[in-house]
Amino acid sequence: MKSATQIAADVRSGASSASAELERTLAVIEQRNPELNVFLHVDVEGARATAASIDARIARGESVGALAGVPIALKDNLCQVGIPTTCSSKILEGWRPPYSATVVDKVIAAGAVPVGKTNLDEFAMGSSTENSAFGPTRNPLDPSRVPGGSSGGSAAAVAAEMTSISLGSDTGGSIRQPAALCGLVGVKPTYGMVSRYGLIAFASSLDQVGPFSKTVADSALLLEVLAGHDPKDSTSLPEGAPSLVAHVNDGVAGRRIGLVRELYDGADDSVVASVLAAAQALREAGAEIVEMSIPELGLTLSAYYLIAPAEASSNLARFDGVRYGLRVKADDVTAMMEATRTAGFGAEVKRRIMLGTYALSAGYYDAYYGQALKVRTLTIDAFTRAYQEVDLLLGATTPSVAFAFGAKTADPMTMYLNDVFTIPTNLAGDPALSVPFGTGEDNLPVGVQLLGPGRSEAQLFAAARVLEVADGRA
Amino acid sequence: MSDALTRDEVAKVARLARLVLSDAELEVYTEQLGQILEHARDMNTLDLTDVVATAHPFGVTNVVREDVVTPSLDRETVLAMAPHVVDHRFAVPRILGEAP
Amino acid sequence: MTLPNGWEMVVGLEVHTELLTKSKLFCGCANHFGAEPNTNICPVCLGLPGSLPVLNREAVDFAMRIGMALHCSIAPSTFHRKNYFYPDQSKDYQISQYDLPINSAGYLDLPDASRVSIERAHMEEDTGKSTHLGGTGRLAGADSSLVDYNRCGVPLVEIVSGPDIRSSAQARAYAAELRGILIATGASDGRLEEGSMRFDANVSVRQSGAAFGTRCEIKNLNSLRSLQRAIDYEALRQIQLIEAGGVVRQETRHWDENLGQTSTLRVKEDADDYRYFRDPDLVDLAPDQAWQDRVRAALGPMPAERRAGVVSLLTGASEAQLDAVEVVIDLGLEGYVHAVAAAGGDPALAVARVANELAGDVDNVGHLTSDAFVMTLAMEQRGELSATQAKTVLGELLAHGGDPRSIAAAKGFEQLSADTLGSTVATLIEANPDEWNRYREGDEKLAQFFIGQVMKSTKGQANGKAVIAELQARR
Repeated sequence: MKSATQIAADVRSGASSASAELERTLAVIEQRNPELNVFLHVDVEGARATAASIDARIARGESVGALAGVPIALKDNLCQVGIPTTCSSKILEGWRPPYSATVVDKVIAAGAVPVGKTNLDEFAMGSSTENSAFGPTRNPLDPSRVPGGSSGGSAAAVAAEMTSISLGSDTGGSIRQPAALCGLVGVKPTYGMVSRYGLIAFASSLDQVGPFSKTVADSALLLEVLAGHDPKDSTSLPEGAPSLVAHVNDGVAGRRIGLVRELYDGADDSVVASVLAAAQALREAGAEIVEMSIPELGLTLSAYYLIAPAEASSNLARFDGVRYGLRVKADDVTAMMEATRTAGFGAEVKRRIMLGTYALSAGYYDAYYGQALKVRTLTIDAFTRAYQEVDLLLGATTPSVAFAFGAKTADPMTMYLNDVFTIPTNLAGDPALSVPFGTGEDNLPVGVQLLGPGRSEAQLFAAARVLEVADGRA
Repeated sequence: MSDALTRDEVAKVARLARLVLSDAELEVYTEQLGQILEHARDMNTLDLTDVVATAHPFGVTNVVREDVVTPSLDRETVLAMAPHVVDHRFAVPRILGEAP
Repeated sequence: MTLPNGWEMVVGLEVHTELLTKSKLFCGCANHFGAEPNTNICPVCLGLPGSLPVLNREAVDFAMRIGMALHCSIAPSTFHRKNYFYPDQSKDYQISQYDLPINSAGYLDLPDASRVSIERAHMEEDTGKSTHLGGTGRLAGADSSLVDYNRCGVPLVEIVSGPDIRSSAQARAYAAELRGILIATGASDGRLEEGSMRFDANVSVRQSGAAFGTRCEIKNLNSLRSLQRAIDYEALRQIQLIEAGGVVRQETRHWDENLGQTSTLRVKEDADDYRYFRDPDLVDLAPDQAWQDRVRAALGPMPAERRAGVVSLLTGASEAQLDAVEVVIDLGLEGYVHAVAAAGGDPALAVARVANELAGDVDNVGHLTSDAFVMTLAMEQRGELSATQAKTVLGELLAHGGDPRSIAAAKGFEQLSADTLGSTVATLIEANPDEWNRYREGDEKLAQFFIGQVMKSTKGQANGKAVIAELQARR
């Protein structure tokens, strides 16, 4: 299918129209959504009205922005005014936010056409989209397998060619992991680069909104639109959006790139092979590859699975049946809150709420949450030292290619281990992306991960573009 | 740090989090949370005494807005989201205890 | 009140004050008392999913003003979440400062020269308001409750004193002085009846010099009188309990103003586990020296200094005058007194007129220029206006503003003193020859008789001093 860059160019030039692009998208959704369960809600009327207004503006000769007429899918933890927003949870079923996320306003302002809300692991907690209260999403490349998660729906929307771009959120790998499993580019930006206002929080100090696309250039294009200071988010970086698209073809000549043992050790052979091949491709493009070890990364999984649940236990307290969403009736307010939360949350969400509540509770705070915050410091320091030696880091995104439904649901740790390579950068607040490189088992795509220091997105895209070309994808 | 997580501890945590667990769920969660916490004790292999805690990767301070009134939401829109409304207020069943 | 048998009370106060910002602490909704329910709410203060808080700069300024007025040190601070489920709290956690408050380690000197230490004065957000249906309208026994979130997210500063207070009168004096300071900083309107300032009292008793006893916290006292009564009641309750062989239990208690009693609200439990942690949606607050200097420069004098300034104008102030000065300071109206003094007028008269006439219509003092006030009092002192007339003129000035001479003229006050008074006095002398003779022979008491008669026939528009002058001229 056409890239977002191409669609926007065609719509602007009159070679295509926003409405025509939208109808193509709606047709694919209608054809494939029943099987794949990608969209929880498709806003047909709203999208048609938006597309028509873009076409009208173009007809009047107005300028319509970088994403003119590009259909886009939104992860269903992003608020869009008047559109059902569920976080794939029964506790929010039927809720229509009275306001929009800043990123939603931004993509609309850039001319994009939001077509609907995509499935996710409930409240973004999961790595397979199997934790959705509204059924799992299937991987378009092999419907017997998961698309990854938690942004599985947004990944599948692009992999199934319903849309060329989509928005996800990444707390511990929730964009990069499904991107890898669906053969896409997925980016977790520097913490604070993209506004969190209107993103329903999982773990506030880790969450970032970011793009999915088939091409590196499309992700760069979309992130340029998303980035920039938002006065409604106190943790938004003060500066404006960086220039990214202009640097996609900068290459890696003269760059030092660290190949980090802890970021691929233990992965499947085919994944390791892809990582090593990617290193070779970067070397051939003029980069210097430095083999490195960052032992501190071995502790990040433990720290993450205390910090994220601790924040989540507090972030999800507000779902209490008083102001919006589900209420299960009971005689007194405590019983009502308990009944509502017990009926409204799924098993994984409950598990993490309890884990986080425990980690913060009197007598355990220092041993668990406090200790995890110290490991976070060590992680940040370790990355800082690494980036004094090299410009970027290279590793795997996931330990394996897309796995079958039920393969990792037996116990929580097995699923959590899926995030082992993606978590460290969230703890550090640094950017990282996954780009497809090579294939593994059953010819399924493998994602390799590029990591960089804060605000190094332009360099990451340039390196990803080198791999995209070397892999024969563009 | 105590060793194994107990059922009583999990039950207490569930009460704090306003969740009700069946006996079977209590059993499963005690085991699963115990496993995760056991894994977390890896962190104790390091001496972290002198390490400063980082709650947040964000280095900017003093983010403030000016004291300017901006429009509030339309009341009817807000109340339309609520499970139960009486006299333009959010209605809840009786409250058993005082706020702390 | 003196406690029996060598007992001593130990009291610490926690005072919550709402700040006079235009908008709430973390969002742009109006901070306005008395609006229609749930009209000042937005995604942030209603805790809608995805919303995020952004700190109000003015609230920080007010918090620092309070800290500076209380001699606190101002330090880099953070915001924590205090996690507990309660329907009036839209996020089911309260954003509050915890281990790193903006203000700490200050003190407050009371008029009796005692000093109460201030442990901290930190920022936090207020909760919504619940109305209870069924039963007596209180929480206990209600069938259901209705929540209005207009107050949710209103900025508060909580001022925590050390356990330094040893009597209910001292507690009251502390609360009153603190209220004056909060008003003087501009941070608070000090309106107890609207709940914009609320007191919690921690009370324990001990034998003098012994270790602290177990304390009880009395919640939400909303007047100085309640504060004093409740502390006395609670101290005596604890003494009687201990003397009867009982043990004081740490708990929160409610003060019933009508019954004059405290009763158990909730027992402190181990289960109270608020899981405080840094709010990851907010960043560190560390006002630099320039910011602090700017706030300090805008801070006017505090009540103690202002009180001394007015008292110094009076010669040998009586108790009643000191009370009047207190009213003047409390309302921030001492500028009128200073203006009268500067113009060579009588400061005591100015204090009396401000504490009564102006205090009685304080919302309208904006209409009264200090020039008009000075002129009115000068006219009164010169005998051009009687006391009653001067008060009438002030009332008119408060209501509509204007020029005191024109008002006096329009009311016919000047006319009376110039022309009519002489003929009125002459007529009364003719009508009461016996009294006039006795007065002429030196019975000064009869001056009052004639003043009374003049007042009667002029409907109170005459000036007593002018009447005496008239009588003496004819004697």
